[in-house]
Amino acid sequence: MSTPTELVDYDEALASYDPAMGLEVHVELNTATKMFCGCPAVFGAAPNTQTCPTCLGLPGSMPAVNARAVESAIRIGLALNCEIAEWCRFARKNYFYPDMPKNFQTSQYDEPIAFDGWTDVEVVTADGTETFRVEIERAHMEEDTGKSLHVGGTTGRIHGADYSLVDYNRAGIPLIEIVTRPIVGAGDKAPAVARAYVAHLRDLIVGLGVSEARMDQGNLRADVNLSLSPAGSGTLGTRTETKNVNSFRSVERAARYEVSRQAAILRAGGSITQETRHWHEDTGVTTSGREKSDAEDYRYFPEPDLVPVAPSREWVEELRATLPEPPRARRSRLQQEWGFSDLEMRDTVGAGALGLVEETVACGASPQSARKWWLSELARRANETGTDLAALPIGPVDVARIQALVDEGKINDKLARQVFDGVLAGEGTPDEVVASRGLAVVSDDGALGEAVDRAIEANPDVAAKIRDGKVAAAGALIGAVMKEMRGQADAGRVRELIVERLS
Amino acid sequence: MSAPLIERSAAALADALASGETTSVELTQAFLRRIAAVDGAVHAFLHVDAEGALAAARASDERRAAGTPASALDGVPVAVKDVLATEGLPTTCGSRILEGWRPPYDATVVARLKAAGLPILGKTNMDEFAMGSSTEHSAYGPTHNPWDLDRIPGGSGGGSAAAVAAFEAPLAIGTDTGGSIRQPGAVTGTVGVKPTYGGVSRYGLVAMANSLDQAGPVTRTVLDAALLHEVIGGHDPLDSTSIDQPLPAVVDAARAGAEVDLAGLRVGIVAELGGEGYQPGVQQRFDEAVELLVEAGAEVVQVSCPSFVHALAAYYLVMPSEASSNLARFDAMRYGLRVLPEGVDSPSAEDVMRATRDAGFGDEVKRRIILGTYALSSGYYDAYYGSAQQVRTLISRDFAAAFERADVLVSPTSPTTAFKLGEKLDDPLAMYLNDVATIPANLAGVPGISVPAGLAAEDDLPVGFQVLAPATADDRLYRVGAALEALLEQQWGGPLLSADQLALETEEHA
Amino acid sequence: MPDISREQVRHLADLARIELDDAELDHLAPQLSVILESVASISEVATDDVPPTSHPLPVTNVFREDVVRPSLTPEQALSGAPAVEEQRFAVPRILGDEQ
Repeated sequence: MSTPTELVDYDEALASYDPAMGLEVHVELNTATKMFCGCPAVFGAAPNTQTCPTCLGLPGSMPAVNARAVESAIRIGLALNCEIAEWCRFARKNYFYPDMPKNFQTSQYDEPIAFDGWTDVEVVTADGTETFRVEIERAHMEEDTGKSLHVGGTTGRIHGADYSLVDYNRAGIPLIEIVTRPIVGAGDKAPAVARAYVAHLRDLIVGLGVSEARMDQGNLRADVNLSLSPAGSGTLGTRTETKNVNSFRSVERAARYEVSRQAAILRAGGSITQETRHWHEDTGVTTSGREKSDAEDYRYFPEPDLVPVAPSREWVEELRATLPEPPRARRSRLQQEWGFSDLEMRDTVGAGALGLVEETVACGASPQSARKWWLSELARRANETGTDLAALPIGPVDVARIQALVDEGKINDKLARQVFDGVLAGEGTPDEVVASRGLAVVSDDGALGEAVDRAIEANPDVAAKIRDGKVAAAGALIGAVMKEMRGQADAGRVRELIVERLS
Repeated sequence: MSAPLIERSAAALADALASGETTSVELTQAFLRRIAAVDGAVHAFLHVDAEGALAAARASDERRAAGTPASALDGVPVAVKDVLATEGLPTTCGSRILEGWRPPYDATVVARLKAAGLPILGKTNMDEFAMGSSTEHSAYGPTHNPWDLDRIPGGSGGGSAAAVAAFEAPLAIGTDTGGSIRQPGAVTGTVGVKPTYGGVSRYGLVAMANSLDQAGPVTRTVLDAALLHEVIGGHDPLDSTSIDQPLPAVVDAARAGAEVDLAGLRVGIVAELGGEGYQPGVQQRFDEAVELLVEAGAEVVQVSCPSFVHALAAYYLVMPSEASSNLARFDAMRYGLRVLPEGVDSPSAEDVMRATRDAGFGDEVKRRIILGTYALSSGYYDAYYGSAQQVRTLISRDFAAAFERADVLVSPTSPTTAFKLGEKLDDPLAMYLNDVATIPANLAGVPGISVPAGLAAEDDLPVGFQVLAPATADDRLYRVGAALEALLEQQWGGPLLSADQLALETEEHA
Repeated sequence: MPDISREQVRHLADLARIELDDAELDHLAPQLSVILESVASISEVATDDVPPTSHPLPVTNVFREDVVRPSLTPEQALSGAPAVEEQRFAVPRILGDEQ
């Protein structure tokens, strides 16, 4: 666990070294059942209630491939412009680990179902939007492991624990692993490209409907491989593989950290150890995990219990026809539909809010209001808590409902912020929060009328001006009414009542 | 005129049940008594389930009484090799590492036996994880050959073969990865069939080598084997390598074969499976059997399968490679043995795995795991595992060429008769040679049967005659096997095996 | 093909998670050498154009519909476990990293 205390400043590091990055993303599919057995593949069940002889690796059990998982793998491959294998096999990756029931993972080795693809990601920079092409090496099918709970020790982490408790509900859930070719030439934008790629992949996968793709829930897991080479050398340096990166923001931060850390080592004349590292969200550093040595020999061989997968070209074309429109086409369509300016659109995409805004609009909100809430109010809160927008415990349905409450005059923008607080705090739906916090604005003419009358009485000068036709002066009276009503008044209705009385 | 129940064939017992001459309970009790009497000497069983078998027998009798038998064999008891998962019944695979494990599920073969109404007498002994040719590698002690208790019953399925040979069960299930059904059949004078790969579900069969393993019938007659084959065979969605087409009509083929008309049948003698290295008495009985087939109308052709000489080498790379991976799951975490290393304070999961696998696996299993780990390791994969898989292709091509010229291929099942217990225990290579004639069929996935061909002149021990057929043409095995059986029994004046001829007779009365 | 050394056997046993003592190593290494010697010729048999056979039958595309089947009960799932706590498999402390 050697962490250099001194890091090289990021910009300084980039002056001397070129970064090369590779991203390995695991996508947990949202199939009804596991990859190789009929156990449910849903989260949150009591431990070891979703297991069978196959996913427990009991002696004698055998795997049977989930057709829907293969279909999803092919669709992901096609969406990433990959070739789809005409013939490929599953392979066993042999290594021992207590949460892996068979002590081998059924995966794919040198015959992935999809390979040789690419996808274009857009990075927002000071000079505008730049497009980077990320080449996809492969996408393959495999199965997830069980989950361990570490007991004893002080941290609840694996190190120092006395023993562990294993739940195999997650074992066997289908995963698609998507591996990029080394991303070179991005220079100082490399970490931003990494983030944009993972966010782009998430949108693409959500668009395909094959996964919930939530990083905070582990549906989407990214490993960031990064190496540095002397600037302009055109070589590839020794890389590290950083795991446990569970938000878009962390992808970027982890990459930046590794650049600074590796540059410090290289500059001091040291060399980089090829190893797995772990990202720590709280402290913003990576620490060393196990070293990848020759001792790690996975002894891959074709899985003899499964027959080859040979997708017919007809099937592949059928699946291609089911793909949603490509992201870029979708963006220009949405921009037109929503009437967003280029800047508004760029900010929306940059914040990873495109899909969220789209869904919010689909729930009835106007595009501008949807954009406003996601990019101002909610983006600020996501930033404060260090999570992604999509990971906030509030969804498009809630945002649309809050806007509807505003539109209906039940609350105003100021109260809406309190409703957001309530929903984010888990107090229930927007309507429940309005009720429980007593946030509804007063639009009852009786109560409002009395307050208006009192305000006119207390401010005769202002009232006179309005009578003379200076309607703009009404603001001062509205302010007085709002103050009296402690903000819980419909400002529009107050204005109407004032004008009614003074005209 | 009617023989004692335990000495009758399963087909005859089914008739006796159908006619009401006996009941399944009576039958099951008769076999349980026989087991009690002779299994102390034979040690064919690792676990006898008297209670479960009798309960199944009572249910069978009720079905018979109601006129709704579940199958032709409803009520006829069966013994099951301990490598098949049986819900609630111990399943050890002959290994310490699984001592006391009771699976929460049934293998498909077991489920089909139960659905067809066959009471399961118990689980039979075997070489640990089916690794061996003598049943001496069982962690629970060897099985003895009923013909001579100082000799091996073959392996790995020595328990199933010995149980049937000693009249402890009319039927048994075996599994055959390199000959583990056929070779025990040969050395115990019983019938053993390895179906086409994919013909019988492997779901619940604790895998040694997934691409070679196949479960099949162990019986005393060819017709019984066909009847049992029909119960356990056929497509299973839980086994992705299972063949999705109807089973060939094996029972019809066995009945037709017994008519002994082999006119037009082309029998291929494989040059590489005989001659040098084969015991003279074995070769002699084989040659005589071929003569009988010719007399019955068959035409003999000589075929050569040059790649077969590499079969043993390919087998001893493919099998341990797959086994090394299959056996990784026995790690003391989820089931089976857990051994804490001595003198280690607060051992890690790793430490416990290592200690358990050292204590729980026998020498032969360790040898094969290490061999397989080696053959799959980076730098050696192409030379070993990869080359072995190529040799499989060559062997399949040899079979294809031979089956162009012959309908079935024949050879001695095993090069020798039963050897003495202990004789080859410290010489793995000599042990492996027992399977030289049976292995090619596993590598290519084709079906094979071993039928008793008489006793070798030099030692009066049983000799097996092997018939091989193309993939999915299992019916040919039964046609030829039943014909040979009929011809030989005419010659012998009855079956090769009879209870009063066995060395056990005194034991039973003792 | 080289003989398999004692050290190699130790390394392989390590990969296979089997604790072998010196006596076992002495016993197994020469046996493995003999077996390997007997299979060594295999790499010279087939030429490069011979495809490998990994499955004896030429079948492809065997799939299962994505339909839920009953799972085991937790009692069944845990029935063989050497140790159980909180309806989970209790295992000794795990070395290495979080998966």
